[in-house]
Amino acid sequence: MSVVPPLTQALVLAGKDLRLERRTGEAFLVVAPFGAVALFMVPLAVGADTPLLATLGPALFWVVVLLFGVLVTVRGSATDGPAQRAVLSLVGVTPRVRLAGRAFGNTVLLLGFQAVIAPVALVLYAPEPAGWVWLLPMVPLVAVGLGTLGALADLVSEGLAGRAVLGPLLVAPITVPLLLGATGVLDAARYGRPAWPWLVLVVTVDLAAALLAAWCARHLEDQS
Amino acid sequence: MVARLDAVRVDRHRITILRDLSLAIAVGEVVGVLGANGSGKSTLLEVLATLIRPTSGTVELFGRRLDAAGRRAVRPRIGLLGHTAALYDRLTLAENLRLVARLIGQPAERADAVLAEVGLERAADRLAVACSQGMRRRADLARVLLTRPGLVLLDEVHAGLDPDAVPLVDDVVRTVAGRDGAACVLVSHEPDRLAGLCDRLVRVRSGRVEVEEPT
Repeated sequence: MSVVPPLTQALVLAGKDLRLERRTGEAFLVVAPFGAVALFMVPLAVGADTPLLATLGPALFWVVVLLFGVLVTVRGSATDGPAQRAVLSLVGVTPRVRLAGRAFGNTVLLLGFQAVIAPVALVLYAPEPAGWVWLLPMVPLVAVGLGTLGALADLVSEGLAGRAVLGPLLVAPITVPLLLGATGVLDAARYGRPAWPWLVLVVTVDLAAALLAAWCARHLEDQS
Repeated sequence: MVARLDAVRVDRHRITILRDLSLAIAVGEVVGVLGANGSGKSTLLEVLATLIRPTSGTVELFGRRLDAAGRRAVRPRIGLLGHTAALYDRLTLAENLRLVARLIGQPAERADAVLAEVGLERAADRLAVACSQGMRRRADLARVLLTRPGLVLLDEVHAGLDPDAVPLVDDVVRTVAGRDGAACVLVSHEPDRLAGLCDRLVRVRSGRVEVEEPT
């Protein structure tokens, strides 16, 4: 058996996750439409108050991305059962590589998820265009942060009863800084305040998530 | 020596599954493990596969103690075929095998070749979820051939296989045992399946190797 670099193994696993998603359509045919429905229901409840909807729009977009995105990130637990994990372990895939592979796959899925949800939010809420340029870095940064946190929750809840519920419960509270950063950057731009501190906040969360994930995976490697 | 277990005890969920179990498996040896349901056969395989750490006792594989570094080092040399096929339902049989091939640095063609070896070349593009139990079992055997392990662990390998596929298992076992430094452990509760195929039979009862029987 030749030695395959960990990064290559992680990319192979991410490819597997994306292929499985293409076949099952869980993220794009189930979760994304559900998120779109959630966006649709708020205008029904609020009424035709266009200025209010324009104000709420960006925040609601991020709330839906983060809450429904959590469901996208923890769906992997359904595909990797004990038998699959045993095989991965025996072919030399470490917990760290599995976590990285899942995080890569999650990030790509979340970018796609945001791309599906964003037009719906634009149509329903017609938000003000101020500060939209800040979304260029914010969209991928949120995807990376949430993707990593979801992969980490998936790994640490392995083998636990009720993990389908436990995963989202673990991830949702720690996405709050991502929500604050993502909404704060647009608010700051709209009111003429510096937006970069919010960007720094999200970058910090991403780095902290990556470091925490690396530490947990290393601990699991020693235990496995 | 491929594997040596000395006074191994395994407790899970406050139940002692293996107790004071000692077993040595020599190079090129094919060992059959017999025992009733719940006797600890599958747990023994999981210990040999490094997937369960003993509560006490020592395990050596390929001459290495199984600390964290030891486990990482020996795992790629172990092939396990467990109770359930380790396939991704929504991948085809070929995709499942190619996934393993890419993870271990083998060309994709090798995955196709081993599928042909187990008689699944015409089902290669079928989703695993659409395959029969026997086909999934064969695909798992193909994985064992693909990874070329030094220690092959087969749990109830004949379960779900057609009678005409049984010789295939025997071929795989002989192929593996014929390789330098490789050994094979087969678990079954049917002695007839193992007789003639194994060099040695051991019977596990209440978590202990109680009887060693010649074949």
